[in-house]
Amino acid sequence: MKVWISILVAAAVSYLIRVLPLTLIRRPIRSVFLRSFLYYVPYVTLAVMTFPAIVQATDKLPAGIAALVVGTGVAWKKGSLITVAAACCAVVFLLELVL
Amino acid sequence: MANTSRKTAYLEGLRDGLPIGLGYFAVAFSLGIAARSAGLTALQGLVASLLCNASAGEYALFSLIGLRAGYLEIALVTLVTNARYLLMSCALSQRIDPHMKDFHRYLFGGLITDEFFGINISRPGWLEPVYYYGAITVATPLWAVGTALGILMGNWLPGRVVSALSVALYGMFLAIIIPPAKENRVVAGCVLLSFVLSAAFAFLPALAGVSAGTRVILLTLLIAGAAAALFPVRGEEAQP
Repeated sequence: MKVWISILVAAAVSYLIRVLPLTLIRRPIRSVFLRSFLYYVPYVTLAVMTFPAIVQATDKLPAGIAALVVGTGVAWKKGSLITVAAACCAVVFLLELVL
Repeated sequence: MANTSRKTAYLEGLRDGLPIGLGYFAVAFSLGIAARSAGLTALQGLVASLLCNASAGEYALFSLIGLRAGYLEIALVTLVTNARYLLMSCALSQRIDPHMKDFHRYLFGGLITDEFFGINISRPGWLEPVYYYGAITVATPLWAVGTALGILMGNWLPGRVVSALSVALYGMFLAIIIPPAKENRVVAGCVLLSFVLSAAFAFLPALAGVSAGTRVILLTLLIAGAAAALFPVRGEEAQP
């Protein structure tokens, strides 16, 4: 039951975040600080969630480190979401065959 | 709008939604593996994916469920991990035809994702709801079914395949954060600082008591807040 309520809480928050600006805000946000803060938020959030989690996710630590390095490299070369994700999976799979 | 052009837009949405859906399926499968280790059933994963439609947000949700986190923490972390959709929603609001029926905002607005936002914002002119619905029709079911299959089949797969798939999500996150970091030094600094402080929270005994969810909130407020105060973004750049 607690799991279902947790899902519904997340669903409600996810929905409101997406729909409220679309329905309420008819003009662009004026505050430079708020605009800047919202601009930086996704990068910080995703970076915190990615590291060190990515090196802890694999069975063997070096494979996780390799996934981070290769993923960063492919993303640097402007690989799409799917390309980068696939490259990370492939390097972990191949390395854990030999490690 | 004539029926034929609406049909064309819908078909174009289906066409553009297919590659997105295939990518969603693979990532959702890896998300399902995370959900499985947090103790969710396939039905719970399916419903969560249909209702939340967010890789990072759902990943955080499943981790928090695994950690037996409270509802307030779940709400706050969902808010923070999905904050970028707030920005995208603001951007989309500028592209809405004043004559568009209002219910569309409540319908496709609930399904804003990085990819849907991308394909819609890159089309010229007013936003076309039917085009959006075409993409949703093909991609969203693949996202939900992928999650459920990840939960059901995660343990049938060999351990090394599961280990490999478990980094898919982080790869997607890297694909979102690295290209802007390459173009913008402040973003690069934010990403590096986030890595360092996040590792400090994970490994320093004095900080290890802070939950993963609280860590995301604290570091986001601290680092993004400091960056906004020290390096305010002006003009076009702040436009998502």
